[in-house]
Amino acid sequence: MKFSLLNGWVWKMAWRESRTTGKRLFLFVSSIILGVAALVAINSFGHNLERAVDEQAKSLLGADLVVTIREPFSEETEELFRSWGGDQSREVRMASMVYFPASDGMRLVEIRALEGDFPYYGELVTSPPEAAERFRQGPYALVDDRMMLQFDVEVGDSVKIGAFLFTVAGKLQRIPGETMTETLIAPRVYIPLSYLSQTELVQFGSRVSYRNAFRWGTSTNVDQLLEDARPHLDEQRLRTITVEDRKRRLGRSMENLYRFMSLVGFIALVLGGIGVASAIHIHIRQRLNTVAVLRCLGASSQQASMIYVIQAAVMSLVGGAAGALLGIGVQNLMPPVLKNFLPVVISFEVSWGAVWQGLGMGLGFGLLFALLPLLTVRRISPLVALRFTYQKENPLPRDPLRWLVYGLIALAICLFSLSRTQSWTQGLAFAGGTMVAFLFLLAVANLITALIRRFFPDSWSYVWRQGLANLHRPNNQTTVVMLALGLGTFLITTLFLVQGTLLNAVSLAGSGDRPDMVLFDIQSDQREEILQIVRSMDLPVQQDVPIVTMRLASINGRTVQEISEDPDHRRRDWALFREYRSTYRDRLIDSEELMAGEWHGSVNGPSGEVQISLEKSIAEDLGVAPGDQLVFDVQGMPIETTIGSLRQVDWERMQTNFFVVFPVGVLEEAPQFHVLMTQVGSAEASAQLQRTVVQRFPNVSTIDMALVMETVDAVLDNVTFVIRTMALFSIITGLVVLVGAVISSRYQRIRESVLLRTLGASRQQIRKIMAIEYLFLGFFSALTGLILAVGASWALAFFLFDTVFVMEIQPVVLVLCVVVGFTMLIGALSSRGLTSRPPLESLRAEV
Amino acid sequence: MTPREMFRERRRRRDLYMEKTVLEVKDLTKTYQSGERTLTVLDRVSLSLTQGSCCAVVGPSGSGKTTLLGLCAGLDRPTSGSVVLNGVSLNELDEDQMARVRSESVGFVFQTFQLIPTLTALENVVVPIELRAETHVKSRAIELLNQVGLGDRLDHYPAQLSGGEQQRVSLARAFINHPRILFADEPTGNLDAETSDRVTDLLFELNDAAATTLVLVTHDLELARRTQRVIELKGGMIHSDQNLQYPSRDLAL
Repeated sequence: MKFSLLNGWVWKMAWRESRTTGKRLFLFVSSIILGVAALVAINSFGHNLERAVDEQAKSLLGADLVVTIREPFSEETEELFRSWGGDQSREVRMASMVYFPASDGMRLVEIRALEGDFPYYGELVTSPPEAAERFRQGPYALVDDRMMLQFDVEVGDSVKIGAFLFTVAGKLQRIPGETMTETLIAPRVYIPLSYLSQTELVQFGSRVSYRNAFRWGTSTNVDQLLEDARPHLDEQRLRTITVEDRKRRLGRSMENLYRFMSLVGFIALVLGGIGVASAIHIHIRQRLNTVAVLRCLGASSQQASMIYVIQAAVMSLVGGAAGALLGIGVQNLMPPVLKNFLPVVISFEVSWGAVWQGLGMGLGFGLLFALLPLLTVRRISPLVALRFTYQKENPLPRDPLRWLVYGLIALAICLFSLSRTQSWTQGLAFAGGTMVAFLFLLAVANLITALIRRFFPDSWSYVWRQGLANLHRPNNQTTVVMLALGLGTFLITTLFLVQGTLLNAVSLAGSGDRPDMVLFDIQSDQREEILQIVRSMDLPVQQDVPIVTMRLASINGRTVQEISEDPDHRRRDWALFREYRSTYRDRLIDSEELMAGEWHGSVNGPSGEVQISLEKSIAEDLGVAPGDQLVFDVQGMPIETTIGSLRQVDWERMQTNFFVVFPVGVLEEAPQFHVLMTQVGSAEASAQLQRTVVQRFPNVSTIDMALVMETVDAVLDNVTFVIRTMALFSIITGLVVLVGAVISSRYQRIRESVLLRTLGASRQQIRKIMAIEYLFLGFFSALTGLILAVGASWALAFFLFDTVFVMEIQPVVLVLCVVVGFTMLIGALSSRGLTSRPPLESLRAEV
Repeated sequence: MTPREMFRERRRRRDLYMEKTVLEVKDLTKTYQSGERTLTVLDRVSLSLTQGSCCAVVGPSGSGKTTLLGLCAGLDRPTSGSVVLNGVSLNELDEDQMARVRSESVGFVFQTFQLIPTLTALENVVVPIELRAETHVKSRAIELLNQVGLGDRLDHYPAQLSGGEQQRVSLARAFINHPRILFADEPTGNLDAETSDRVTDLLFELNDAAATTLVLVTHDLELARRTQRVIELKGGMIHSDQNLQYPSRDLAL
């Protein structure tokens, strides 16, 4: 190899050979451009993102340190905070309803009552800009921009939060460190902390979190400070968030997004590789004779092969460079596509690392895929120059090197996905999935061509038969086109189907006689009146559930603190320390199923054992089984319990579901609040109920099924937009490969059409034959992709989302029509001119 | 050294080695497996050619002419028997060593010209010597192209040349590396009578000047008669091997 590479003649021939085949080699180049562009764009964007996160790290948190807790800070904690000094801000966060009198609309939001100058780094972006400061000075609120639009609210209008009427000081457009997608789920509303008490929102059972933000500048070592205060922080269960914590968490989520995108971009590159293999295959087919003549004239097989290896390498480099350039351009499109997911502002900068990487990937993959067809060059016999039929008499034996190249390609795919996912299981799963999808498409493509040959419709008219027969003519491109288009179709359709299935799962949960509205945070003394309101509106009370908040104190005699500090413990800390919101009742409900132990509905006698029921997965996280002893701290009072049973819970139902269910007869007197479920049916009834309840009891919040649907839809829309944009790279690469395939087989088509025209076929008949061929090609590709998509969506629904797969016909038909339409259009455009020129002219011109 | 001087030098060497054997074929057999049947294309063919001799292989289609040529030129391997080309036993060489033998001592002229479509006339002609990594190759190629009357078509691609012109380029290519032996497979098979005569004259003219051993496979008995020896193949065997009474004018030096 080395020898041949150093041979000037080989380079000279590679150059001379490529001069007149520019068009075909251009297709080679364009096959890998998009894949490389996608990767360079994503990697470069990734680097810029990393840089932005680094530069804006402090504004992600808005402070040097934030301390949070679920209950008001204790006196000792306040004392600690005072000793820490620096600038401090206090914030209280909770979910609540807001009501806009002007438009009579209401919605569940996250209220943030703020005191102090937070954020210290970064800023609340508002319209008008001065509103970010102004709202702190009076009964003003900053309201989420999109929500204002939705409810037709203007700056200056009033908004009722709890029992108090605020004036909207401005639109809240951006909160440092938070993404638009986060705010979709619960729009934010800022008010001054001094007005919180007037809202009367904070009541028993309200889920409130208290936050204290600090700024010291560079003078204080935050880690040291936390280290010193660790015993107190742990004892009080105070959670601390430093800039580093925030960065790490954000880095992780950004990294997932970025890894996922680069994997999708990678699929485009692999598809491009297939395009390269196909372009080189055709190129070599037409060079059989040249190679044979060169061999006759004394070229060694190595020299002959090297000519084409050099061409492939140079083309791969050119493709890689063009892809890298395009990628840099495309990178500009990423921030708008991802803006809803980004908590930082990203500035544009060329990442040379990404460019080099793109060049390397282009060269590596281009060459690797080109090697497959290039291997045959070594075996072309010089006898071909004497007799072109030679190959048929003496078929080429199987080439062991071919398996080596297949192995290298598989290895490259595995290495790439491993380097991206940085996890053995995920990386191999992705690589395996990609290869399975490819093999499946390959198998279906071969099956379809075999079936056509086997069950050829002899009774069809000539034009149709010829169009169909073209799919399995020698040197056909059926497999390549089906792979390229099929994979694109597969990706896009899977997205449609999964989205449909998820939405359906959410809407199913609220259909039939199931509840579609939840009223929560109802205080015990409010319960009777609310029940009356619901009944007076002729609405059913489907569930009326008491909730008692508690914490786990010990398991089998060991305190949760001890367990957590034990280095050998296998239990999850979150399960040990979380706040449990439990209920009590005497029977299972229809979303629950008993998995182990025995259900105890009540406590026998005042000194009887309290047999509780645990949800299966939390029992696993706690590492407990029926018979184990748990002690719960219920508002300061220890309650000893024994695990009586484990339940499986269908969390998707619109119901109140609980990790821990107590029997009746223990918690009745404990401080508690209530959740009530009803079915309102219509939007009017829903609005009326919400209005009545919220105006009478401002602390009570409601969740409407319609709102949940809307939110899920909006979040899915955001996610799928990103995925679709990435899938677009695959689709466009698929189309480029299709154009390549069509143009590569152009010479063969010309011969055919010349022959047919000589034999008396009209131009229209020839055009029809081609249209029919593309019709079938598009149809079969789309069909294969769709079959794969339905299978994958079903598997995702069944295994990952644990829901019923819904086959939506509309997107499937739409995708089918679009793919077939595009295939026919591209076929028609690239075969243009074949039928209009005189036969001889076409033959001479294209040789 | 001018081409003329070069050719003169060649002639001198031809005289010196007049009786040297360039090609020695012994019991050459080639069979193909076709399903259950074994097809014998060549059956124990033996012959030898001396330096500078000129021989025609004739016979009906399927008689094994082209197979014999392919085996003699080291383009294929025999089922049994041996080929010694220029003193080298081809049986013992691998593919690339055979390629080197071809590069050093073999020239080809094909029925279908077999010019490389992506190279110009000049580039086609220089390929054999460029393969030997020789430099300053162009002037020799231009000289040869002038000799075949295509001095003004150097930069034309094969598709821009007529059949006769293409075959003349291929003649120039065949002689550029001063081959010891030239294999011509139906060199006029694709040409009309008039062009055919012109190409044949050129072939013999160049062959004579370079003192090359010529093996000519042809259907054309007229053409065959211009050589010294006509070997007739039938059914893969030598049917007759005639030394002609009137060898070609050019060889009666």
